[in-house]
Amino acid sequence: MTTAAFGEPIARLEDPRLLTGQGRFLDDIGHQALAAAFVRSPHAHARIVDIDVSAAVDVEGLVAVYTHEDLDGRVGEPLPLLIPHAALTHGRTAYALAKDEVNHVGEPIVMVVATDRYVAEDVCDRIVVTYDFLPPVVGIEAARSAELLVHDDVPGNVSAHLVQSRGDVEAALAGAPHVLELDLDIERSASTPLEGKGVHARWDADDASLRVYTSTQASTSVRAALAARLELPLDRVEVIAPDVGGGFGVKIVHPWPEEVVVPWAAIRLGREVKWTEDRREHFVGATHERGQLQHVEVGFDDDGRLLGLDVTVWHDNGAYTPYGIIVPIVTTTQLLGPYKPEAYRAEFFSLYTNTVTVTPYRGAGRPQGCFAMERTMDAVAAYLGLDRTVVRERNFIRPDEMPYDHGLIFQDGRPLIYDSGDYPATLEKLKKLVGWDEFEAFRAEARAAGRRVGIGIACYVEGTGVGPYEGGWVKVETDGTVVAATGLTTQGQGHKTAFAQVVASELGVPVERVQVTTGDTRRFGYAVGTFASRAAVMSGNALASAARKVRDKALRIAGEALEADPRDLEIVDGVVRVVGSPPSAPGSSIPLATVAVLANPLRYAFDREAERATQFGGPVDYSKPPVAEGDSPGLEDTGYYSPPRSTFANGMHAAIVETDPDTAEITILRYCVVHDCGRLINPRIVEGQIHGGVAQGVGGALYERMVYDDAGQLLNASFMDFLMPYATEVPVVETDHLETPSPLNPLGIKGAGEAGVIPGSAVLASAISDAEGFAITRMPISPSDLFSLRLAQESR
Amino acid sequence: MTESVSESVATSGPPRVPVTVGVNGVSVSRQVEPRSVLVDFLREDLGLTGTKVSCELQVCGVCTVLVDGRPVSACTFLTADADGADVTTVEGLSDGQTLHPLQESFVDHFALQCGFCTPGFLMMSKALLDGDEVPDREAIVEHLEGNICRCTGYEPIVEAVEHVAEKLRGGPHG
Repeated sequence: MTTAAFGEPIARLEDPRLLTGQGRFLDDIGHQALAAAFVRSPHAHARIVDIDVSAAVDVEGLVAVYTHEDLDGRVGEPLPLLIPHAALTHGRTAYALAKDEVNHVGEPIVMVVATDRYVAEDVCDRIVVTYDFLPPVVGIEAARSAELLVHDDVPGNVSAHLVQSRGDVEAALAGAPHVLELDLDIERSASTPLEGKGVHARWDADDASLRVYTSTQASTSVRAALAARLELPLDRVEVIAPDVGGGFGVKIVHPWPEEVVVPWAAIRLGREVKWTEDRREHFVGATHERGQLQHVEVGFDDDGRLLGLDVTVWHDNGAYTPYGIIVPIVTTTQLLGPYKPEAYRAEFFSLYTNTVTVTPYRGAGRPQGCFAMERTMDAVAAYLGLDRTVVRERNFIRPDEMPYDHGLIFQDGRPLIYDSGDYPATLEKLKKLVGWDEFEAFRAEARAAGRRVGIGIACYVEGTGVGPYEGGWVKVETDGTVVAATGLTTQGQGHKTAFAQVVASELGVPVERVQVTTGDTRRFGYAVGTFASRAAVMSGNALASAARKVRDKALRIAGEALEADPRDLEIVDGVVRVVGSPPSAPGSSIPLATVAVLANPLRYAFDREAERATQFGGPVDYSKPPVAEGDSPGLEDTGYYSPPRSTFANGMHAAIVETDPDTAEITILRYCVVHDCGRLINPRIVEGQIHGGVAQGVGGALYERMVYDDAGQLLNASFMDFLMPYATEVPVVETDHLETPSPLNPLGIKGAGEAGVIPGSAVLASAISDAEGFAITRMPISPSDLFSLRLAQESR
Repeated sequence: MTESVSESVATSGPPRVPVTVGVNGVSVSRQVEPRSVLVDFLREDLGLTGTKVSCELQVCGVCTVLVDGRPVSACTFLTADADGADVTTVEGLSDGQTLHPLQESFVDHFALQCGFCTPGFLMMSKALLDGDEVPDREAIVEHLEGNICRCTGYEPIVEAVEHVAEKLRGGPHG
């Protein structure tokens, strides 16, 4: 056993449960619950004329059918707009069950509750909804042209328009020796966790309290939203995220329609009610991301230094804007990556379409921003005939320029100031790792053998650890177990392990002794959520703060018991001892478990150990109260971390691809990553985050796209048709890293959750362009796309 | 709105068929609806929730269980078709408190993150390793081609299975 847990690649504490089928995911809970199912719109845009349930009512096992007109009180109001912004002048959100109009295929209209899901779906099949069709707006071009409107009262289909700038871009472009323009296009993809959404609700009429389990990334916020919607006191509502089978962003949205109406029905019916999203429902009833059109104008000098960069983004926000305009804000601020153009202007239009709503998916707008910036860098290098890494390096923010203020406002409403990072060193490591300088020899060799290969590079900077805050609670139990809790949730990041490592290191106990709970409002009520690569930074530092307070208290109490100065004490392997004394020296040490007993003065002894804390149990100073003024009983404390602003991680990816000269098949030969997310809590967990992110980046670059037809039907709403990478498609990822500590938080850590996915499309576009000899401007790219591009090139 | 105030217990209901299935070594007999699929039978009727569901189309491998030693997608396999068969689920993999070598190797290689796809990968891998030939890396990747993992990027999973295969072969890790 070791207490030096921080930074060690220890095995994950959560694994044995999950490996033996003992995980408790949403659908594993509530075996006796009634089942909910939904009738969803089969049309992209329509008015609801009539809902006829007469053929459904005599199905045996039916319990209830609800439509919008049944939703009383605030449950019938539009769902909340979670992140308002002054530029979001025309925000719109859906109703929990559609009222009068539907705006995308998949929008819920009727909820059915029945004895089991089979019966509930039988009932759904018998409900007849009559519609008046409206012409749908599908795709960014259609939204932009505004010949048709998604919402009658939103002119131009524009929900938001925002311009941010630094310096005089117009003048910079006018005066630049060289100017290039690029038009870029990124298609839609989606988080696609293997477990969809789901919610289980239990109303306790005797206690007048509601317990909700939901597969969410933000249980405290779901709780607040439900209390408000259902008009219940907050302390009568408990929300718990059980084991969550992946999130990747989609589960940060809340409250989902189902998250509101399932608890509402459970209260009405006085019965447990559960809904588990099926796969098709997830494709059309959850959310998507990525889809953007971009126009870039860049002015630069003969060395490739950027003098002016002007970017316009048309962002497809889908049918509604429950998550505000976070994605395009992130795109247009994080686009800058490690570079410092002298003047910068970014403008975006967020546009409605009659398709599934868009909210953050891992990367949250950064992959698109990275694509725009890195395609631009490659274009500048190609135009000047310079090495692509040279052009990048010339535009890097230097380490001695940190902290670097871009003069823009980031997604947290705070200034976009990079805190630390060494971009030249990162590039140097990457060039070495991939063998950048030796590639031309490899290319020549390959060419001689009739093969076509290319190398690509992409750099990113990622704002992580977004506020406002997280909290942590740490308690030493009287048996020496350390329990800890933080309010944010876990979807596979290994938080129970990483946070246990933080607590164990701060407190001086074996990591195996620390049990961490996340995402349970019964254990910790103040929290924000798990998104924006923030959990390690936020809850890691909050738990460290709590653990330090507990440690100080333990030393104080142990000092009294040992008649020693607390400053002469240390905690090693769960034992408080005089610094440097041998573990078993009499009178010089005391187990933390005993300190926990002493920390809670008792009237009643319930076991032998507790006797020590009772009034006649041991020597005490009778001139003082048992609990000192300002102190509290128990060896426990709470800590919070609230950052002044985000901390910025960075990384660079390089890929070597081969494209088949005949079939245009694209094969990744090598994929190299150098990343810097500050101090690492558990290197293997961080590596896992990077690898998983790369897999999703590869998916987004080569396979994943949401294919809508003109009628707004999602044609590939199944795993049969929506391609995701399998073991056969994901390359072996070679990694190296730097550890530039963040000066913004005591642990010096930066977030890593999204890093791997960000440069995926950019680096593969760069490599494919290099192999083919013409610029790729649209991602994802399939072999048939590439084949068509070749034909178009030949006919030019 | 339709709301039934008192929910009656089904007296007639849809027709049922009798099945007797060996599940993790225990013989169970039940009456099931003809449309009952094996994963619902395991999860709902027997309370064995270790087997998960994701695509419902037998393309993601999440719900993989072994029926008479063969991997099948329990999301589309009719319970009635398992009559008389032996079914092994993730709950039957470990021997009491002792983890199966695959489970141990998954821990050692960080081969899971959220853990939702993991039971499927374990059962699919077990089917491979129970075969006559000890697979090499290529065979492992090929065999796992029907299982999706959205978290790990696969490499740790492949390494974990490879490690167990090498031990079987008495190779470098053996």
